[in-house]
Amino acid sequence: MQEPISFFTGFNPNDLWFLGEAALKTLWISILSITVGSVMGCVFGWILHESRFAGGIILAPILDVFRSVPLIIQLVLFYNFAPMVGLDLNPFLSGVVILTFYTASLVSNVARGGIESVEMSMRRASRSLGLTYWQDLFHVVLPIGGRTVFPAWIGVVLGVMKDSALVSVLGYVELLKASQILITRTQEPLLILSIAGVFYFALSYPISLYASRFEKRWAK
Amino acid sequence: MFDYNFHWRPVLKSLPDLIQAGLVTLEIASLAMFLGVVIGLCLALMRMNMTGPLKWFAVTWIEIARNTPALFQLFFFGFGLGAFGINLSPFVIILTGLSFNCAGYLAENFRGGFQAIPVMQINSARCLGMNSWQAYTRIVIPQVLRIVYYPITNQMVWAVLMSSLGMLIGFKELSGETQFFASKTFRVFEYFAVAAVIYYVIVKIVLGASRLLAMRLFRY
Repeated sequence: MQEPISFFTGFNPNDLWFLGEAALKTLWISILSITVGSVMGCVFGWILHESRFAGGIILAPILDVFRSVPLIIQLVLFYNFAPMVGLDLNPFLSGVVILTFYTASLVSNVARGGIESVEMSMRRASRSLGLTYWQDLFHVVLPIGGRTVFPAWIGVVLGVMKDSALVSVLGYVELLKASQILITRTQEPLLILSIAGVFYFALSYPISLYASRFEKRWAK
Repeated sequence: MFDYNFHWRPVLKSLPDLIQAGLVTLEIASLAMFLGVVIGLCLALMRMNMTGPLKWFAVTWIEIARNTPALFQLFFFGFGLGAFGINLSPFVIILTGLSFNCAGYLAENFRGGFQAIPVMQINSARCLGMNSWQAYTRIVIPQVLRIVYYPITNQMVWAVLMSSLGMLIGFKELSGETQFFASKTFRVFEYFAVAAVIYYVIVKIVLGASRLLAMRLFRY
């Protein structure tokens, strides 16, 4: 007697490795876009604070668009737009570009809030002590304002990390796409989605826990 | 540079359908927000006042909703529950997923709001002869709603944006309808550009309406 042929192969340890690799890809895409996006966002926030024309009239509406249009639409739109202007982007790069701009638009508001949370009298005092404009910005505004908006920034970071799941729409195999592939093969959605969920939780929860502790320590 | 023929005419011809779908988006977001506010309020109260299993239920819900992507939650309700033989319709999936997510986020906002109200107020309400239910519904919750009004508005915008995930589970709201048209005509860029504009308008309408409501509600 031969065993009946099974068409569906079950979940095996190799698949766990596959999911782990995909989790690293998720981590990589979010680290890349969050780092670049945060730096860009700080610059944008500074421009928004400094200049009424360049910031308020030109930059603010553009950043507003990134915040008011769903990420999925932005991704599909950019992925289809890039070849028109002769850019040959793979899904990973287009995902990074859009996520970066999205992060920058969120961080710019946070950064502006941080700059404005430092009282003008404080900045005048530091200027009258002989600090230059940049010294004042980096040694007075950054430590004080940064501390105020740190929780908001962490919120943005966590949000972008979770939203990076949407890059799967373009066909980039990150954690959620990988779990979908495995579901198609093994037909065990509950198990695989649970594992993917645990991976996401493991990426996101330590950051939020650490941030809330940090906040408490600063609040003292 | 641009060797792409834009075909705007068929897209504009299907504009009424897209706007109709935009109304569906608005409906699903409002419905999800309504459920989210009610459940989120319950979760916040459970998390602060209860002990034992109820508290852990609320904590688990909040942490899972906040630390995994919304798309993952939708997939879980869509595919994951299929393992138990529960097959939900796309409408129910997206409604459940969005409400689950919104409830988790709003619960934390509500918790912040409740903590901003001094305990002394509850004590004095109890001294005046109100029971606990009256003290909460007449003294605490009106003040909390005022504090969390802007976070709720924000969350409403998020709900509108997140409802675009319906595209991935086959629900025909704005982005689902857009993808349907786009895959029928292969004019992906044009359709998604129009969808982006409609989303932008919807978000602006939501924000404007909430601002008007705030002027009406917070006159005193």
